[in-house]
This record gives sequence, C-alpha cells and structure tokens, in this order.
Amino acid sequence: MSSDLFPPADTPPPADDSRRTFMKQAGGIFGFALAAPLAGQAERLTAYSKTVTGATTLTLRINGQPRTVQAEPRVTLLDALRERLDLTGTKKGCDHGQCGACTVLVDGKRVNSCLTLAITAQGKEITTIEGLAKGDELHPMQAAFLKHDGFQCGYCTPGQILSGVACVQEGHAKTDDQCREWMSGNLCRCGAYANILAAVREVADKA
Amino acid sequence: METEPQFFETNAAPTVVGQPMNRVDGWAKVTGHAKYSAEYNQLPGLVHAVLVTSPVAKGRVQRIESSAAQKQPGVLAIFTHENLPKLAKTPDAPADKAALNSPMGFMPMTSDQVHYAGQTVAVVVADTLERAQYAASLVKVIIAPEAPVSSYQDPKAQLYVPKSVKGMPGVTKRGDAQAAVQKAPMQLAATYTHATIHHNYMEPGATTAHWEAADRLTIYETTQGVSETQKTVSLMLGLATEQVRVITKYLGGGFGSKAWVWPHTVYAALIAKAVGRPVKLVLTRPQNFTSMGHREEQQQTLRLGATKEGKLLGIVYDKTATTSPWDDYAETNSRIIGMLYHLPAYEATYRLAKSNVMTSTATRAPGDMPGSFAIECSMDDLAAQLGLDPIQLRLLNYADIDSSTGHPWSSKSLKECYARGAELIGWNKRNPKAGATREGKLLVGMGMATGSYPVHNSQGNARVRLYADGRAVVQAGATDLGTGTYTIITQVAADSLGIPPENVRFELGDTVLPSTQWSGGSTAAGRVSSSVYLAVQEVWQKLIKLAVMDKKSPLYGAKSADVAAEKGRLQLKANPGKGEAFGEVMKRASLGDIEGSALGRYGSNYEAPQTTANADPNKKENAAEHSMHAFGAHFCEVHVDPELGTIRISKWVSVIGAGRILNPKTARSQVIGGSTMGIGAALMEQTVRDPHLARYTNASLADYHVPVNADIPEMTVEFIDEHDPYVNAMGVKGIGEISIVGVTAAVANAVFHATGRRLRDLPMTPNKVLAALREPA
Ligand code: FES
Ligand code: FES
Repeated sequence: MSSDLFPPADTPPPADDSRRTFMKQAGGIFGFALAAPLAGQAERLTAYSKTVTGATTLTLRINGQPRTVQAEPRVTLLDALRERLDLTGTKKGCDHGQCGACTVLVDGKRVNSCLTLAITAQGKEITTIEGLAKGDELHPMQAAFLKHDGFQCGYCTPGQILSGVACVQEGHAKTDDQCREWMSGNLCRCGAYANILAAVREVADKA
Repeated sequence: METEPQFFETNAAPTVVGQPMNRVDGWAKVTGHAKYSAEYNQLPGLVHAVLVTSPVAKGRVQRIESSAAQKQPGVLAIFTHENLPKLAKTPDAPADKAALNSPMGFMPMTSDQVHYAGQTVAVVVADTLERAQYAASLVKVIIAPEAPVSSYQDPKAQLYVPKSVKGMPGVTKRGDAQAAVQKAPMQLAATYTHATIHHNYMEPGATTAHWEAADRLTIYETTQGVSETQKTVSLMLGLATEQVRVITKYLGGGFGSKAWVWPHTVYAALIAKAVGRPVKLVLTRPQNFTSMGHREEQQQTLRLGATKEGKLLGIVYDKTATTSPWDDYAETNSRIIGMLYHLPAYEATYRLAKSNVMTSTATRAPGDMPGSFAIECSMDDLAAQLGLDPIQLRLLNYADIDSSTGHPWSSKSLKECYARGAELIGWNKRNPKAGATREGKLLVGMGMATGSYPVHNSQGNARVRLYADGRAVVQAGATDLGTGTYTIITQVAADSLGIPPENVRFELGDTVLPSTQWSGGSTAAGRVSSSVYLAVQEVWQKLIKLAVMDKKSPLYGAKSADVAAEKGRLQLKANPGKGEAFGEVMKRASLGDIEGSALGRYGSNYEAPQTTANADPNKKENAAEHSMHAFGAHFCEVHVDPELGTIRISKWVSVIGAGRILNPKTARSQVIGGSTMGIGAALMEQTVRDPHLARYTNASLADYHVPVNADIPEMTVEFIDEHDPYVNAMGVKGIGEISIVGVTAAVANAVFHATGRRLRDLPMTPNKVLAALREPA
C-alpha cells in the first residue's frame, strides 16, 4: 500500500472540531508531547470564556451571508442549519460523528457539523451544499457527481461532495487508493463508492 | 395479453430508453434542494417528538417518572401506554395484522408489555429538538424485568416448525429428497450461519405529521410505498383512506425496511392530533436498530446428493432462525435453493424460535440473499471435491426449466452471464488448485457465484397528460429509493410520447397521484414503466379517434386500427407519409391537453390477466405459464493476509440478465450498490445481541461496520441484452435485489480458493479467517 495514504507525522492537526482532532488532543492529554500546546489552548479558552445559558442570538456566516439564529449553547451547527435556518441540504445520518452526512466546510476545512456547537462556529466561514454552486452553475464536484452517478438516494451526497471538495484541496485525492482512504469518513449505504471515487478523482486530476 | 401493446413493438428503436442518461433528480440531490421527509420545516407551529425506549428486553412497565421531564421548558406533552390516544385498530390479532399490512403483530405502548429492548415506552414532545431530547433523557421508566430469550441460539429457545412463513409452508417436499441424498454416490453436508444484519439506510426513519383539518392528515414519511402507508395509517386511526395523504418525494434508502408502517409513524400521527400541532419525529441512529426491522440471524444446513459426475440428485435443507414473540416471520431462503439448478428431489424445513426481539423484515432480496450463500458455497465445495471447475459444475446442473414449478423460464441468459463474467475477470488465468496463488505474502483467490431473483407480481396505475405545446406531466404514486425511478420513467414517457426527456416532468411519491404498489421486490421499474407506457397508448388512442373523425386531418376516414403513433406523429401504418403531428390534431380540436391513464401489470399478473382481480405481491406466482426470474453471476478476486486474517476485495465483476435495461447508468449504480452491501455482509456486518440481556451491543454506525470507500475496489458491471415478452409490456425484470444475491458466496468462494479453507460463518471477520488458517486445509 502506498505511503501517501496517511498524513506525514509532522502534519499539524486540522483546526476543526472533528472527532479526528478530538481524539488526537485527547491522546495528547496522556502524552507529554502535546502538553505545551494544550496548556496554551486552555489559557486561550479561559480568556474568552463566559457563561452562556438559554437561547441567545448567534451570528453565523453561512455561504457568504451573515445569518442570525436564536439558539441555546447546546445546539449543534447541524441542528442550527437544519432545524432553524431551513438549510436542510446538510443531512443527519447519525448525529455522532460516525457517518459524515453532516459534513460542511468551516474556514475551508471539512467538519462534522453534528459534532460542532453552533456557538463555536461564530466568526468562521461556513459553506454548506446550498452555497457551493454559483447560481445555476454547478461546482465542478457537483457536476462530476452528476456525471459519474456518484449517488443513488442522495442522502449522503451533500456530505460526500463537500468532503470531496476538501479532499482535493488537501491534496488527498492524488491516487485512487489515497482518495478511497481519505473519503472513507463519509458512509454511503447505497454503495456508490466506485462512482464517488471516479467523480472526486476526475476533479482532482483537473485541479 | 394479446391486446396489450408492447414497447418492443411500438418503439422498435427507442431514443432515450436504454441510454445512460444522468438522473433527472440529480440536480436537486447535488445542490441540497431535494427535500426528504424530516425537512418540511415550514409547517406552522411544528414541534418535535423524541422516543424513550426500553433498556430491558422483557418485562412490564411498573411506573413511569416523568414529572422532572414535564417541568422542563418547552415540553408540551409526554405520552406513555397510560395516556396514548386509543387506536381504532392494532395489529395484535393475526387477522388484523394481515388487514393492516403490518410488519409486526404487536403494537408497543398500547399496554404495559415490554417484549424487546429498544421498544418505545414513552414519547416526549417539545418545541425544540434539544428540549425534547433533554426531557426524554429525564423520563424514568421502571420495568420489572423477566429473563428474555435472546435468539434461536439461546438454550431457553424453543424451536418449532411454523405452519407457514411468508406464504410458504413450513415444510416443502418434492420427491423423496432424503432417500435421494442417502443413496447418492456423492454426499455433502454443511451448516452456514449468518449474523443479524441491519439495513442502515443513511436517512433515519422519520415522520412529519400534520393534521390539516380534524379529519384530514398529511404525513411526510420515509416510506417505500405511499399507498400502503396511507392504507395502514388510515385503518389504525379509524379514518377513511382518502382522509390520509402520504408524501415521500425523496427517500434516503430503504432496502426493505421502509416498506411498512412501523409504530413510530403511528405515534407521530396520534400525537400531532393530541397536541394540536404538526409533529416531527426522527429516529436516532440507535433507535433505527430497534424500530424498523432487520435481517434475522439464522443458520442453514444443506445436505446434497449428487452423481459421481456432479449432477444433483437431491437436496435436504433446513433453516433455523429467530423470530419475534408474535410472528412466524422468516426470510424464505428455500425458494432459491429449490430453483437455482436442475434438482429432481427437494425437502426444505423452517424452524423458528420466538425470542425477545422485534419482528425481522424484508431486507434486500429477502431469502434469496442468505439462501444463495448456502447453495452457492455448497456447489463450490462439490466442484472442489470432484476436481471440477466451479463454472463447469454449474453448467452441468443448469436448469433449463424451473424445477420448483415445472414451468419454462420466460427468459434466462445465465450461460451468457457466466461466459462474459469469466472473460471480464480473467477466469482462465485462475489456478484450479485452491491455496496455490500468492502475491508476496498475500494469498490470492478468485471466486464466483450465481444470482437470481424472481419477477414478483404487482400492478399499479399511472396518468399521462400531454400538452399541445409538446410538454407532458406524468404521474404515479411510486417512490424513488435512489434506484432511479424518476429518471427511467422520464425516459420511458419521453420515448412513448416521442418528445425529448426535458419536456417530461414525472411526479411521484404522493397519494393524490394515481396509486401504485410499493417500491420493493424489484417490481417498481417494470410496473411503473409499463403503466406509463400504457397510459401513453391511451393518449394515442384518443388522439387517433379525433384525427380519423376530423375532416381536416390527412387521416380522416382511416380506421383507427390502421393508424399508429411514431415519435409523436400519427400516421398510417401502411403509408407512414400520410399523417400529422399530435399537436395539429389537438390544435384543431381546441385541446390544450389530453390525458391517458392505465394499469400496468408486472409478473404473473401480466401473463395471466385473470389473476389481476386480486393483486397481492405475496400470492403464488405460478399462476402464469412461465417462471420469471432475473439471473446473473458475480465474480471477484480477493487478497487474504495470512498474518492479519484480513480479506480485501481487489476486483469485482457482475454480469446480469434482467430483461430490458432502461438506463445502464442508474442500473450500474444499483448493481454496484447491491454488491457493496453484499460485501459488507460477507466481511464485516453484524449486529450483536447480548445473549443474556437480548440487547444490541453495537447499535451505532461506529460499531456496526458498513463498507466504506476504502473497502471497495473498481467494479465492472455488464448487462446481457434480454428480450422478454412475458414479464410486462416493457420487458423489464428489475435489478435492485439480484444485485446482492450470490455476493457473499462469491466472496467466500474466492476466500476458499485463496486459502483452501471454507468459511461458513458470516461475516468472515479476521478472527474467523485466522482460526480457519490454523486448521489443516
Ligand atoms: S450526522 Fe454527523 S457524522 Fe453522522
Ligand atoms: S447515495 Fe444513498 S447513502 Fe449514499
């Protein structure tokens, strides 16, 4: 198996709220290697922390537009999008970071929006499937999914497409094997993987 | 049948039918505009319902402490068996279960009885999802537990032979199979076991219930059949059928589980009425494991007798499985085992054990999928014992007629599937000796298996409205599970009407549309396309009548029977130059539009029209003169790591003969999808029920492993061109299910070829592979 499948050891963890990041940081608690950055982060958090209870007004920048939403701190970004902003293109498959259906881009990085609290996404640029096309002109990844039939039911599709966009941007779609590996956080029960691969690889090759 | 026109005759050279057209609903799906059942947020005053489920598998609810939850802000109501509004009918009595088309003979929350873990015991309604979820976590249900029976493997389980399972007798006998096997020069016996499997569609079960008036309910539902849902819900609520409207515009997969009305749907409707607000109820992922059925865990024992040359003489087959406390449900595996090969004698017995688990249900190719594992592994073993090539052995036992009915096949291209599949995978390069091919330290194997799936009977309506400007709206209350129904029906309508597909809008998924049966059993493509095609023929008949009576028409005075429609033009059959476009006829008649409607029939309903009076998809299918099945073959190559016990599929080939393929692009997606799901069952999928507590230990997508992108290799899919005039007016057989039949066996046969070891316990996880490798070959 080729070595480009996995991130090099010195890659900084992605600055998102995905489970991958959490696991790395959690691992760090028990390893002194990460102790210093963690301490730094803790200080930063304390500096910003204030107690928020009940529903407050949050401002989220979604697809280039500021949107305000009344939500409690426990509301996830996913539920803010789906239940409060009627941006239902982002899907809920598990609500636990296990399926990738809820993938959105936060500051250009792919993130499981079910594991992200809406309140922490303020001040960041959020891109959902509804914001990917320019008017009637599909994003190349959307067009490639259509062409290669990278879906059946379409329920995992918004997540797959956003994950695909980020995967290409990260440089993780350079070979078939690498792309399969880096697209494996997005489940597709309709089993469109072979076609999803074709779509993402086509966009990567053109990029 | 003589009088029913066929697409073959009227569209000898179709334009878009058979072409790999992109999905017409694709744009909506890639832009996030496709609306699924939990996404109707605009309903006024919409509130959220969350289930509270039982952690105990058996017992009685003693007490429910809900006051803390009740006091939470935003909580509107909490329902338990004590205050749930009464239903007009429940499925608890067998006759009512049948009348309701209910998947279970038990309605939870109508009494204090708890029969399975994960059963709903309370429902909390609040103004936001988070408030409902939190309040639900505060509800305490005190249950007096009793010792549950966890499965057929439980020492407490009592096995019995049911009178029938899904319309099949508990014991089937054809000839004297016991004697045939006992006297046979070649005898083989093996037992195969299968873990519980969950559908795990990506879109969770969801219901949005909205009472638009005191006697009018609209539900947006995750269902494979809007008409069936309408019927069940209206009967249970005591409403007339037309008072319930069911809408499913997009469905995030179903695979059988969304074919029925499960209890939570009924709760949503009841509760919406009780709180006077529209209610949205979405199952959590763990709740999906205990709310919408599963494929039951089971064990199959197959004893076969054959001649020294390898010709089958008889099979004695046994299936043992877990069922629920109230139902005799099991997948009917015996069907495929009795018909896949020429088989003179056959005996099949079902044994069930009532256990504390909900009723299992239809799961992609119910019966045929697990059944194919037993027969296709056994055939492979027989080939190995006789030193025959696996394909050669299958050809030796090729069934020229259906042994189970004695009827000839309506069409069968299995020999072509074998030949083409072998070519595509490079079968001739396969070393006939098992365990003899290596690539570095990896063991390499190649395997194949046969697949088959019946053409079940079904029927349904469609309506076509053709506008004078050359556009058309086509309607049928079908559902598109992702299978491509939107697209293929658009293609069929376009060709039948002689207009471009861009000019056709196909509407589905609503009970206000002409009713058609559910999308399941691989019936939808053939049934809905036939009904649309025939509805178009009615449009032509009406227009031809107008033309021949219209003095200004070049067809004036002709006999209707002498006129045909060809690519939107009405013309004399004998003199095609004489005629005119349909728009001309309509314009002169001042018709803005014209409608046609028709009943499309599928399977034996089509070939034997006298049986249509009572179309029941479960009824006997041998009413027709032909036995109707799709056939195919799956081939694969695997790499087995002898140190880690891991199996990786490195090549996949499926070749299917399933009548007319309406769209090879969406059809390919169905086949790779079915193969991928089958690979999951072969290698990783299993829901584990605790043997003592009868509770699932891995009800999540982190712990229940479905295949991911990295598990799936490049896949090659081909279809054999088949012309079948007996199955329906379109000659379509359906491919949603044959795509998974034989898949697990193809993988196991490849693993056998790689390692020389036969794995008969699914899934073939690394621990089992390593254990097998420790045994002598
Ligand atoms: S819904 Fe977020 S990962 Fe599944
Ligand atoms: S397209 Fe249905 S789950 Fe991926």
